[in-house]
Amino acid sequence: MSATAMPEPSGHFPSPLRGGVRGGAEGTAEFNPAPPPPPAPPRKGEESDVGASGYNFAYLDEGTKRMIRRAILKGIAVPGYQVPFASREMPMPYGWGTGGVQVTAAILGRSDVLKVIDQGADDTTNAVSIRRFFAKTSGVATTTRTTEATVIQTRHRIPETPLTEGQTLVYQVPIPEPLRYLEPRETETRQLHALAEYGAMHVKLYEDISRHGHIATTYAYPVEVAGRYVMDPSPTPKFDNPKMDDCPALQLFGAGRERRIYAVPPYTRVRSLDFEDHPFRVQEFTHPCALCGAEGVYLDEVLLDDAGKRMFVCSDTDHCEGRRADGHVGTGDAI
Amino acid sequence: MTENLIEVRGLTKRYGNRLACADVSFDLVPGEVLAIVGESGSGKSTLLSLIATELAPDSGTVSYRMRDGVLRDLAGLSEAQRRALMRTDWGFVRQDATKGLRMAVSAGGNVGERLMGLGERHYGRIRAQAIDWLGRVEIDAGRVDDPPSQFSGGMRQRLQIARNLVTGPRLVLMDEPTSGLDVSVQARLLDLIRRLSAELGLAVIIVTHDLAVARLLSHRIAVMRAGRVIETGLTDRVLDDPEHAYTQLLVSSVLAA
Repeated sequence: MSATAMPEPSGHFPSPLRGGVRGGAEGTAEFNPAPPPPPAPPRKGEESDVGASGYNFAYLDEGTKRMIRRAILKGIAVPGYQVPFASREMPMPYGWGTGGVQVTAAILGRSDVLKVIDQGADDTTNAVSIRRFFAKTSGVATTTRTTEATVIQTRHRIPETPLTEGQTLVYQVPIPEPLRYLEPRETETRQLHALAEYGAMHVKLYEDISRHGHIATTYAYPVEVAGRYVMDPSPTPKFDNPKMDDCPALQLFGAGRERRIYAVPPYTRVRSLDFEDHPFRVQEFTHPCALCGAEGVYLDEVLLDDAGKRMFVCSDTDHCEGRRADGHVGTGDAI
Repeated sequence: MTENLIEVRGLTKRYGNRLACADVSFDLVPGEVLAIVGESGSGKSTLLSLIATELAPDSGTVSYRMRDGVLRDLAGLSEAQRRALMRTDWGFVRQDATKGLRMAVSAGGNVGERLMGLGERHYGRIRAQAIDWLGRVEIDAGRVDDPPSQFSGGMRQRLQIARNLVTGPRLVLMDEPTSGLDVSVQARLLDLIRRLSAELGLAVIIVTHDLAVARLLSHRIAVMRAGRVIETGLTDRVLDDPEHAYTQLLVSSVLAA
């Protein structure tokens, strides 16, 4: 992209012509009439909320954001339909959430509060990096609390705390096409979606039962949205599929490499595919969380030593911390 | 007088300057087996693709009598109707079984796919039908969970037939179903096709270069050469008393064992 296509904000980078004889990179800082205030020391659990100068708000240029918003609006209008969009290069590798990041960048407003989770956790690399990215490029407030957030970007859990109206959940999607397993041709899968020919989806489930005696697909479990399009809910554990149904929050899905955006509007029917004699069922855990004692939540298995000692703890770290702050205690036992 | 199941009129297809199929017309009544014979490159497979609407003809029409008894031009159907017709009322057994089957999916899944496409959502019933059909094409029920990649060539062709017949089609297209199989396996497959087409009253259009296959299976024969049908008639008449010089050549070229 040429330099002329992206005019720099004149407040931060005054033209050398206006400033006098001295120009060049080393001169610009000196001529800056209003240097940004030094960043406030980050509070515990939160990043700095001061945006970095030189970036457009939330990194992407306004033209790109408009383009992405159009795709999002179309996705909301046709629930579950994969809308192609001109995915941009982002300062992170494909597979790290480039699609989710672009959707988040397009919908963030200055008053939004952002939460980013990676497999339910707020404190893993991907989550921390993306949260810092937006803290730096947009200056919006960030949080780890599900209840405080207005925008939650996720890879790939849905928080245990029920979402509410006004919240938006943004999924990072690696492979948006649920039919890809059986049909490698994109021209053909589009045709199948257009004609609602979804018989092949059940072939996959049939194979599961014939091999394992039950539907062994545990994540990226296909769903039918609003009685029409079959959608890949991204690699969320199927445990979370029921939370997508009739959800008060808006759910947006971004696939950066595959250049697709799709959406589930609030209060939309999301049905997991199944057979009459093998109905959809979520995973069940035999133990409660070892830290907070929660039951009926999705648990992570944590290995403790080389002898195979392990414990099961909440995958949703915010939910677990909240419960412990409220005085709930697990056994703390390894299994 | 039985009404025609399918009417083909003036089908023509060119690949650039080459004429692949020129002005082919024929009718087929329910339960009738038509063999299209000819040497390699005579346009047999192109004709079959045109009938199956996998290729668009340059001119000509294919009309089919739908279940409601109305003869309709296939080109006038919507994409959805056309696809629904292909996967319920029609079957297509391909020369290369890997193109007609899902090689990574079990035999049961292959047979059950059309049922699931029609909206069957009961695993037990789908599986029972799959096993029933495997039995009818003489595949052991114990192989229901094996993928066709582990099947022999003859078994793959029989599985293709089961996969196509499970929805009770009225017309089946077959493109060289026995080529590449050894003679004993061929004989068994031909027996099976003959039995099933008679039992189920299937109309079949079978493309083959093997006159013995045509004699065994078909009621009528169309001989193709350079994209044109040069002779057509009852099978025994064409084979025993060929009129056209090229047909005489074809018939006399068959090696006697």
